[in-house]
Amino acid sequence: MQFPGRRKKVIGSSQNDLYDHCLQFYGQPPLENISLTEFETFAVERLKLLKSVENIGVSYVKNSEQYVKKLDAEFSSLNFPLRTELGDRRVQGGTSEYEKRRKDHISHFILRLAYCQTEDLRRWFIQQEMDLFRYRFGELTSKHKTDFLHKNNLKYETVSAEEKKSLKDKLITSSYGLSGITVEEYDFYKVPFQDALDLVRTRKVYLLAGNAYIPHHEIVTIVLNDFRTRLSKALAMTARSLPAVQSDERLQPLLSHLSHAYVGQDYSIQKNMGKISLEQIDALSGKSFPLCMRHLHKALRENHHLRHGGRMQYGLFLKGIGLTLDQALQFWRSEFVKGKVDADKFDKAYAYSVRHMFGKEGKRTDYTPYSCMKVILSNPPSQGDYHGCPFRHSDPELLKQKLQNYKVSPSGINQLLPMLAEILELVKGMHYQLACQKYFELTHNVEDAGFSLNHPNQYFTESQKLLGGGLEIKKEVDMSQRSQENPANMTRPSQANSKQAHEEMGDLDSFFQDE
Amino acid sequence: MPTSDYDPACLPDLLPLYYRRLFPFSQYYRWLSYGGVSKNYFQNREFSFTLKDDIYVRYQSFTTQNELEKEMQKMVPYKIDIGAVYSHRPSQHNAVKSGTFQALEKELVFDIDMTDYDDVRRCCSAADICSKCWTLMTIAIRILDRALREDFGFHHLLWVYSGRRGVHCWVCDDAARKLSVAARSAVAEYLSLIKGGEETVRKVVLSDPIHPFINHSLSVVERYFCQYAIVEQDILGSKESVDKVLALLPEDIKKDLTVYYQEEKNPMKRWDRLCTLVEHKKSSIKKGGQYFDKEIMLQYCYPRLDVNVSKGVNHLLKSPFSIHPKTGRISVPIDLKELNTFDPFEVPTISLICEELERPRADEAEDDDVKDKENEQEAGERRRIRDLQKDF
Repeated sequence: MQFPGRRKKVIGSSQNDLYDHCLQFYGQPPLENISLTEFETFAVERLKLLKSVENIGVSYVKNSEQYVKKLDAEFSSLNFPLRTELGDRRVQGGTSEYEKRRKDHISHFILRLAYCQTEDLRRWFIQQEMDLFRYRFGELTSKHKTDFLHKNNLKYETVSAEEKKSLKDKLITSSYGLSGITVEEYDFYKVPFQDALDLVRTRKVYLLAGNAYIPHHEIVTIVLNDFRTRLSKALAMTARSLPAVQSDERLQPLLSHLSHAYVGQDYSIQKNMGKISLEQIDALSGKSFPLCMRHLHKALRENHHLRHGGRMQYGLFLKGIGLTLDQALQFWRSEFVKGKVDADKFDKAYAYSVRHMFGKEGKRTDYTPYSCMKVILSNPPSQGDYHGCPFRHSDPELLKQKLQNYKVSPSGINQLLPMLAEILELVKGMHYQLACQKYFELTHNVEDAGFSLNHPNQYFTESQKLLGGGLEIKKEVDMSQRSQENPANMTRPSQANSKQAHEEMGDLDSFFQDE
Repeated sequence: MPTSDYDPACLPDLLPLYYRRLFPFSQYYRWLSYGGVSKNYFQNREFSFTLKDDIYVRYQSFTTQNELEKEMQKMVPYKIDIGAVYSHRPSQHNAVKSGTFQALEKELVFDIDMTDYDDVRRCCSAADICSKCWTLMTIAIRILDRALREDFGFHHLLWVYSGRRGVHCWVCDDAARKLSVAARSAVAEYLSLIKGGEETVRKVVLSDPIHPFINHSLSVVERYFCQYAIVEQDILGSKESVDKVLALLPEDIKKDLTVYYQEEKNPMKRWDRLCTLVEHKKSSIKKGGQYFDKEIMLQYCYPRLDVNVSKGVNHLLKSPFSIHPKTGRISVPIDLKELNTFDPFEVPTISLICEELERPRADEAEDDDVKDKENEQEAGERRRIRDLQKDF
């Protein structure tokens, strides 16, 4: 197994061959020596890039104009390759396109070392690299796209003109934005449905006898699938060879810093174990639970039951806020027994799954509480379910009613209605986590949540922090209420942002502190 | 036709008889061996049994048909589930190095459960079913069977009555058995049109362009809708159910219908009016693509599948020919050629079939009769096996 950089001799390869396309699949690891400084710098810059990809992806609809503009800016400022030809006139005093591509290549492989170790890290890395790839591929010209496909051996059969004609109507109605003319002109590729899962899943493509009929411009989805599979396999392989790399003391501290920088918190280690009592849960659910968990708690109390999806999402959340296994068992049993389940049946059928959640059964994996991404993107609720993200999965009308019923705003109706409207706007724009942040601001009566929400347990922790702060917060709130119309208030969020940016430009250590 | 009043308390006596004389072991074994093309395919298959007193045992596996028979006759399972084909014999999974014991292949399966339709059926709820709501299963089977065959190219489908309130589909093609988790989930989502739980009122939203799959499904639903929903379920009869339908419509149409329905009580005429109004609205809006009437039809009739059942490669599903302990009914294969006449209440129970077995054989004719009954259910299975064998 070859490791990127460091120990290998330089193999003479002509500049032009190695990086003749600005985009690549990262199939081959780099084979050259680099200095430790370059190693470190490359890694940190790519990490900054991936974090930007993540943040921009939460704040803007992916691949919309604003999204692209923001990413373009990040790209340039961090010196990563855009879509110019190799050998274009060098920007005065800047890095050449070749050097940028080299950085792209090497930094990717370094980060693989840092992010291959756990399931969570791998998932995050793959997600950001995929979003990055999708953005870059989307920005290529048609010619460059075709070049890329050919270079990487993605040769799918094109559909004959005859077949296209006979299927014309079906093809037009299967993909958005196709007309009779475009169907005739454009190439369609016949791809086995297993290679086009994203398009099949969302029904954006015509399926016949197990083949998906993909229009040329949709080919990026296929490519992404391929990219994800390859990267996933590569990371698994890298993980197996990791011990040898980690034994190098020069690298070990850097790699471990890099991976911790992402995680922040996955709430798998319970810092507050045993500090919550069962009697507090009802009150806490109203004060400090995010809407999804409040909803689940209410459903549990009302129906004395929750289905599997709900038990997992809520059960793991409770573990994250500090419930012990014994408390959890008591909690679930006492509630289920009020319903149709007797104590015996609970012990037989449900206790096992609670213990499973705490890592005491089966594989003994200590499951981590679900992040917002996981709740929003996987396992949508159906009839009889109460899990999921209410901002994502509820009807906007019902959501509005529910928020009004929960009497969210302690300060009265005047603040409530405009806030609700903002929340609904965010929901419409698919910014579910931002909507939840607004909900936080509403229920805690603050102007700015002061954090970027990505985990239900984070919501809880921040809420407890705030409520524990007491008098100080209240003063701030009184002032802001009085000066509602004051434009000075509007500048507060941007002040927070510039502070953040300043921190990011600081030295390595401060960059790795939690934001 | 009397089903010999099944009593769950009799199971301990009936099951041994069923497993000795009636369970179709040889066809079952032939099915799950898939022609012996893959080595150890049957040997590495997981079964799980639920024994008396709710004792649940997983990772059961067998080396031969004979061993399967002997073990089942010995353990007398109340429920039998079929799981995945693993990398090693499931019964020896503890001896395998941690991490290397993995589920490799399994049929692609679907589970349609009548309970998931509770918000749109008025005749029954929860575990109950009747001849009126059974139509939902007929519709589900027609839609899914077509899609799995025509869109996905699968050939070997086994549809089975679950024994109480639903149906299962086993897709046995080689390609299906090798599907990844992501692929299974994608297939299930492609087939899903009903989105949302308690909190969602309007569960089907259609927009232009309408995918060919949706059009195919609509044409099936349309064949059954008037008789099933308007007449039998009477969804436009009582105020309560009318309100539920109106909740799916935009304000202007809702208002118009509320007035119209004060005079017009005939449900068919009420439905016609609804459709006419939707048509009008469609042609008057430039954007086009308001399909409220179609959405209503789909919300009331389109199949609701549990994606989680289909997703997992290692998910365990009730075995064909097992008994449902609560109803006593046998999980029989459903012949799609006779789908319109399939009656879940005519499916033999274990008590009926055992009783027929026990009846003193006065003459040859009766003997044949009993054999016929046994054969009836096996015939369905044999047909499927024949289909599968063709390719192997």
